[in-house]
Amino acid sequence: MDLIQSLNKDFESRVRLGLMSVLMVNDWVDFKEMKSLLKITDGNLASHTTALEKAGYIEVKKEFVGKKTRTTYRITHSGRTAFASHLQALEQLIQNT
Amino acid sequence: MLLQNSFYYFAFQSAFMDKKYQEDIAHIYAMMERSSRFISLSGLSGIVAGVVALIAAGLAYYWMREQGSLYLDDRHFGDSGLLVKLVITGLAALAAALFCGIFFTLRKSRKQQQPVWNALTRRLLLSLALPLVAGGLFCIALMMQGHFVFVAPATLVFYGLALVNAGKYTFRDIEFLGIGELVLGLAGMFFTGYGLLFWAAGFGLLHIVYGTLMHLKYH
Repeated sequence: MDLIQSLNKDFESRVRLGLMSVLMVNDWVDFKEMKSLLKITDGNLASHTTALEKAGYIEVKKEFVGKKTRTTYRITHSGRTAFASHLQALEQLIQNT
Repeated sequence: MLLQNSFYYFAFQSAFMDKKYQEDIAHIYAMMERSSRFISLSGLSGIVAGVVALIAAGLAYYWMREQGSLYLDDRHFGDSGLLVKLVITGLAALAAALFCGIFFTLRKSRKQQQPVWNALTRRLLLSLALPLVAGGLFCIALMMQGHFVFVAPATLVFYGLALVNAGKYTFRDIEFLGIGELVLGLAGMFFTGYGLLFWAAGFGLLHIVYGTLMHLKYH
């Protein structure tokens, strides 16, 4: 039971798992790139990134390129730690059975 | 009765969750892989590049034997017409190999529905291009200084370095192919006179062997 509690509720959805995984192995990744990697809609991606930003797991940077805004994401230090322990918990859970 | 039911419930629940955890883990690793390594590189392009290289090496051998030398020994090198022919053949082989490589890779990425032009592929191409451009300039300098005997091994050395460099962003196999090319190129530097043989082994045979292996492994 302890192990299940050590799973992070913030990473429960597949989209968030994917998002964090991409950011674990890449530096800044922009919105378009992330959308095509995760194969999801704009709104869906935006709502998940907002939630993860609020939790302090990712950093969001908005800048102007010409007249358009370009949004890029990067994992924070606490996001990296949290995700690594989430992955570790998952791996222990399947080993225990 | 109630106790027994809840036991079954928990057993079912735990098997179900177990599967979910496994899928989560698989998903995590798949996304890490997909976003950091380009997996649509086609093995067929390696095979085609190898065949093209062997044809080019055969032509070069034929022309050089007409001149009475196994490889461009600096001393034997009187006729600049031969040099022009060889350089053009090399460039044509490079163009043909690149064209087929791009063609097969695009075809594979379309099949896998993977993006071909994104931050990852740009990084891959850049890490490939830098040693290649340096190598190209290096070889031009070698020829201008009259060290023709080192040109073929030098192309192998720089190509090998380019592959090792780009291997970070695609299949690990490419890194090992690069090390193979590098070793052949360096050996060719010491056994001058067999440059063409090493060149044919590196660009021809090694490509065909690796292309076949990768095609079987990832197709």
